[in-house]
Amino acid sequence: MSHAAESQHPSGGRHGRHGHRHLLETAGLGAADAYRILDAAETFFEVSRRPMRKVPTLRGKTVINMFFEASTRTRTSFELAGKRLSADVINFSGSASSTTKGETLRDTIATMEAMNPDVLVIRHSASGAPHHATHYTRAAVVNAGDGTHEHPTQALLDAFTMRRHKKELRGLRVAICGDVVHSRVARSNIHLLRTLGADVCIAGPRTLLPSGPEWLGVPAYDRVEPALEGADVAMMLRIQRERLTGALLPSMREYSRTFGLNPRRLALCKPDCLVMHPGPMNRGVEIDPEVADGAQSAILDQVEAGVAVRMAVLWQLAAEPHEPLPG
Amino acid sequence: MPASPQVPDAPELLVLTHIQAIDPGSGLDAVVDIVVEQGRITRVGRDAAGEELRRAGRVIDGTGLWALPAFVDLHAHLREPGEEYKEDVASGLAAAAAGGFAHVCCMPNTKPVNDTRAVTEAILARAAAVGGVALHPIGAITRKLEGHELTEMADLRDAGAVAVSDDGRCVGSSAVMRRALEYARTFDLPVIQHAEDHALTEGAQMHDGPTATRLGLRGWPRVAEDVIVARDVLLAEATGARYHVAHVSSAGAVRILREAKSRGLRVTAEVTPHHLLLTDEAVLGYETACKVNPPLREARDRQALREALADGTIDAIATDHAPHSSLEKEVEFALAAPGMIGLELVVPLLLDLVRQGALPLSRLVDALTRAPARIVGLEAPAIAVGRRAELAIVAPERRYKLEGLRSKSRNTPFWGREVVGSVELTLAGGRVVYRRAPAASTGGAEAR
Repeated sequence: MSHAAESQHPSGGRHGRHGHRHLLETAGLGAADAYRILDAAETFFEVSRRPMRKVPTLRGKTVINMFFEASTRTRTSFELAGKRLSADVINFSGSASSTTKGETLRDTIATMEAMNPDVLVIRHSASGAPHHATHYTRAAVVNAGDGTHEHPTQALLDAFTMRRHKKELRGLRVAICGDVVHSRVARSNIHLLRTLGADVCIAGPRTLLPSGPEWLGVPAYDRVEPALEGADVAMMLRIQRERLTGALLPSMREYSRTFGLNPRRLALCKPDCLVMHPGPMNRGVEIDPEVADGAQSAILDQVEAGVAVRMAVLWQLAAEPHEPLPG
Repeated sequence: MPASPQVPDAPELLVLTHIQAIDPGSGLDAVVDIVVEQGRITRVGRDAAGEELRRAGRVIDGTGLWALPAFVDLHAHLREPGEEYKEDVASGLAAAAAGGFAHVCCMPNTKPVNDTRAVTEAILARAAAVGGVALHPIGAITRKLEGHELTEMADLRDAGAVAVSDDGRCVGSSAVMRRALEYARTFDLPVIQHAEDHALTEGAQMHDGPTATRLGLRGWPRVAEDVIVARDVLLAEATGARYHVAHVSSAGAVRILREAKSRGLRVTAEVTPHHLLLTDEAVLGYETACKVNPPLREARDRQALREALADGTIDAIATDHAPHSSLEKEVEFALAAPGMIGLELVVPLLLDLVRQGALPLSRLVDALTRAPARIVGLEAPAIAVGRRAELAIVAPERRYKLEGLRSKSRNTPFWGREVVGSVELTLAGGRVVYRRAPAASTGGAEAR
């Protein structure tokens, strides 16, 4: 797991909590650690398909989902993951929180900390907010998406999905297309997939790439065609309506015509190319409905993988050291 | 101003013996004795202090120490009136004294804004009550820093303002900037620009570069500074006014300034210690202490700034001392206020550049004394017979940990760092305004 922001507290700590490890970003996450999560997720994937979808692994542990920014799929996914592990899961959403009363994030975290949670799952609109939170809690912090920084569990579930379909991540040609500069999904995927040996490139209009297209350390294209050519995975990113107001795009129509994934562009990829999207999709904008629902689409597989991968992450961070993977 | 018991505030006779006096303005770089009588320098020279004087006055053995003209800061935020929990005139001037400064210019973005004679006078009255380091207010260019209507610059100057600036905000309108330059010229006030095209920096958190991209923080591109400096140089040329660029941060702005100076325009510039020392990578880990405006940039910018300071393209070093409390800094990066403190860090941080060979000591001293004084029309501190004593006595080899500063705020990434070089004694206005507390403490603690 990421050691970029280890808290000063020694491992274990009071109540036996594992306050010394967090998952804040995939930058700096080693291949061995990533594979440990992906391998454990295989076990939990099977658990999620049983008639009885619950294991006692995190019995007596407390997970607080702190969503300071609206989210349905990620919150549901984390909530199910915690519940399927038998943890006590509390949801805390931004609109209902004290933050609207002017409380600082620091004090909100300290207040939660006083109730001895084992894991804080944090989604926040400010990049670095989960990192900031680690200074005020001994619980493990999981970044569930922070601003335009990272969304590490999304990248892990994407890697999990790719591995299930393609068996091997090393050498896989992955094209990440669209609003890269604003995408935490793109950042987390770039770091993780490179660590795991995939061959990643990014593509999109220059207004939606970093000012220095090379700054993310992967090849960048201002058209999607060269990126899609020969791709094993085409990952399309969501285009948000507000990009039209900042003079970043002229129209959704032009975006769709010029950069969207349609059957013609999909034909540039390898015949068995996987189509992925972190959701929520804008059908008809970045992805043609025919492609989204087509045989090569793995979009719903990603959602299913999300629960298993998050179970693996919670297990890694909160299970007692002697706790084995459920059989 | 509290001073230590060893040296009274206004000693009748102070004798510094065998001290390395370095004053490029007076062409002085030699081991001398310096005698201060009734607040004035009366003798400077080898063995100038005879036995008689040594017996009569307070004697400081200057062996291993430097005597420099005390410093002039063009750019400090003392937060009074309005945000006294961060800093006030008394604590700000105490910090300045501890940093070796005899003169400080304070920016007008207080609450209320210093855009009228009344506010300027109120600030000066506070400074007079505090005494010690001289305070020189900078008035606003436009009312409330809003960028629309000019302030009463004649009135501001008559009240004691030495320049005008909307610092923190850029005068964005070319029309307003043109008129400001024309109008300020009448009163010979320099117009100090915070060069930032706000349309290009909306929501920006740090330098637009690889680090910002990795951290997912909205970038503040160099070009937002460059376009304003380029435009303003053209306006300064057209109006013949005195134009000064605050806290230059980009290699492009340096290039534009160099070209402007080569054509003899009345254009000057300053750079901060943090832009000379740090790069955007210091922000990694979401370090709010390193959030400043303009932002820390890349190594090539830092190199360009160092070269420009060395060759005089950038005239002066200014601290942009910007105190903030934990309320502004222990928050999400996007919510953190920009700025770091600097008044007490110039000697401990910048002597490193001299030791590295990046900057000649004489240029460093000039950039802290004569150059800034010239920009705002002050008489520069000098080590010369007949001059009022304004001296910074420095121990260049002293190694210590940076802590226990006199500022009310401690927002600096250098807090706790091991540094080499300290200010031992500061004289301003003929009086001792600072003397470092003896050994056990690390400076300034006795003032608390």
